[in-house]
Amino acid sequence: MVVAGVDVGSTQTKAVVLNSNSEIIARGLVNTGANVVKAAEKAFQMARQLARLEEWEVAYVVGTGYGRYKVTFGDTQITEISCHARGAIGLFPQTRTILDIGGQDTKGIRVNEKGEVVDFCMNDKCAAGTGRFLVAAADVMGITLDELGDVALLSTNPLRITNVCTVFVETEIMSHLSKGKKAEDILAGVHQSIAARSVSLLRRVGLEEEITFTGGVSRNKGMVTALQEKLGTKVNVSEDSQFMGAFGAALFALDRADIRGNDGSQISEGTNREAARHDVHMRGGKESKT
Amino acid sequence: MNAPLAPNGRYIAGIDIGTRMTKCAIFDTVSEQILSRATILTRHNLALASEKVLEEACRNFDATPADVFYVASTGYGRYQALMRQIQITDITTHAAGASYLFPGTTNVLDIGAQHAKAIRINEDGRVMKFKMNDKCASGVGSFLERVAKGLELSLDEIGELSLRSKDPQPISSICAVLAESEVINLVTSGYPVEDILMGAHLSISDRIVAQLRQVGVDGAITLTGGITRNVGMVKALEQKIGRALNVCQDSEYAGAIGACLLVKRRLKKLEMASSDQFTK
Repeated sequence: MVVAGVDVGSTQTKAVVLNSNSEIIARGLVNTGANVVKAAEKAFQMARQLARLEEWEVAYVVGTGYGRYKVTFGDTQITEISCHARGAIGLFPQTRTILDIGGQDTKGIRVNEKGEVVDFCMNDKCAAGTGRFLVAAADVMGITLDELGDVALLSTNPLRITNVCTVFVETEIMSHLSKGKKAEDILAGVHQSIAARSVSLLRRVGLEEEITFTGGVSRNKGMVTALQEKLGTKVNVSEDSQFMGAFGAALFALDRADIRGNDGSQISEGTNREAARHDVHMRGGKESKT
Repeated sequence: MNAPLAPNGRYIAGIDIGTRMTKCAIFDTVSEQILSRATILTRHNLALASEKVLEEACRNFDATPADVFYVASTGYGRYQALMRQIQITDITTHAAGASYLFPGTTNVLDIGAQHAKAIRINEDGRVMKFKMNDKCASGVGSFLERVAKGLELSLDEIGELSLRSKDPQPISSICAVLAESEVINLVTSGYPVEDILMGAHLSISDRIVAQLRQVGVDGAITLTGGITRNVGMVKALEQKIGRALNVCQDSEYAGAIGACLLVKRRLKKLEMASSDQFTK
């Protein structure tokens, strides 16, 4: 049996297909763009094609992320806070605090030993401290987003970025550039500024080790380094950190599909999503699509 | 105020170096009028911008910067104007400029690219109280710049366009950067551009009105700064405030004009002081 999780973020949409051993067998990644419904479909399709699966072969699909209600083919929706927590615990079982930095929002999540969300804190009013802040810096500097972190790591003398507002930081960067400051020193300052904001967000939910870093920005090595320096401790990051929300959603999907299997509802080989949907409906339909 | 004085000059220049535009006004002490104005994009070299704008303002009346005997700089880049004799904060200059352009002004709203200030002044044009937003671009010109960018329009055309709106669509993002994405989403959802634009103008107005309330409104409100070029913004502000605002062609130059006037006032004072000394 296979299940899937689709995480529709503000910037990128991620899909993960899991087998019944909770192993990731395929991933899909597309830019969300303006058509959110299509982005969800495309990411899911991409993952299915890699796994050579037809849509009906995927037993259960959970949608998450800000666009979770646009996952029209999903069986249920679960908030990204629960999914990131679930995914982080799944990959790093000792996780107690999660930092999720995405394209337009940053979240601090605290979980207990059972992996349940105890508290969370979110910055979604302003682009400061989110991926968008890095995008703006990259645009001003004429560097691609992928190079940003590596360039920052070359710095020997990081500059202090004094502004909070992304718009003002763009001006501040330009002014540093016009004074002949080094790109790596400016960027190291930008990374440190985001790290400082992230750490204060984490303190608000209560910092407890281990800390797992998820979301698209976790791919940025400069950001990981800046965070570790600021925290004075190591953070868990994996190749799949960006897919953590989708992975968590898929783990939930596995539970749901299992419940159906274990409750003796006698669904044989023809396991399909209709049956799973039926299952949600039977359990009160609380989480079913509205 | 220890700058050397050149007592026998005729022209005073006020240079207002903003984050986006640099403005210059030349005051003629003989005719007691503003003789020339110039505005250029600031870009990154603030010293160069101040030089260029002064040259351009002088060229307008066939003069050169050498003909100007006193230069006062104001605005965020005031310390970068190397030819200045004096620098004055933009709050003081905008207050002076506004009460010169519109005598009887009690409140000044100066909205530039990255700063928005609500100022309360007395009948002499002196600052009594002010409130400034400089931590975040949510209530300033840059917000509109982002919205325009999201709609692939130029900053100059959005004001006119917004006036056609019949059903303004409020922008829920406070952050200028996030508003840019929101605007793109609104366009894809099929909302008319003019409605999105008026919505953006009204959203900014809300933030500015909140600032205005903090200083207290007394009487006539004069709008200054680059935002005065945007007719949509003026309309949105008037709608939110519930009364007409003082705006004119020179509103954008209020800081530069105010700088000239403050220099004039100071020179007069010094002149009087020295003649007092002489007669005593």
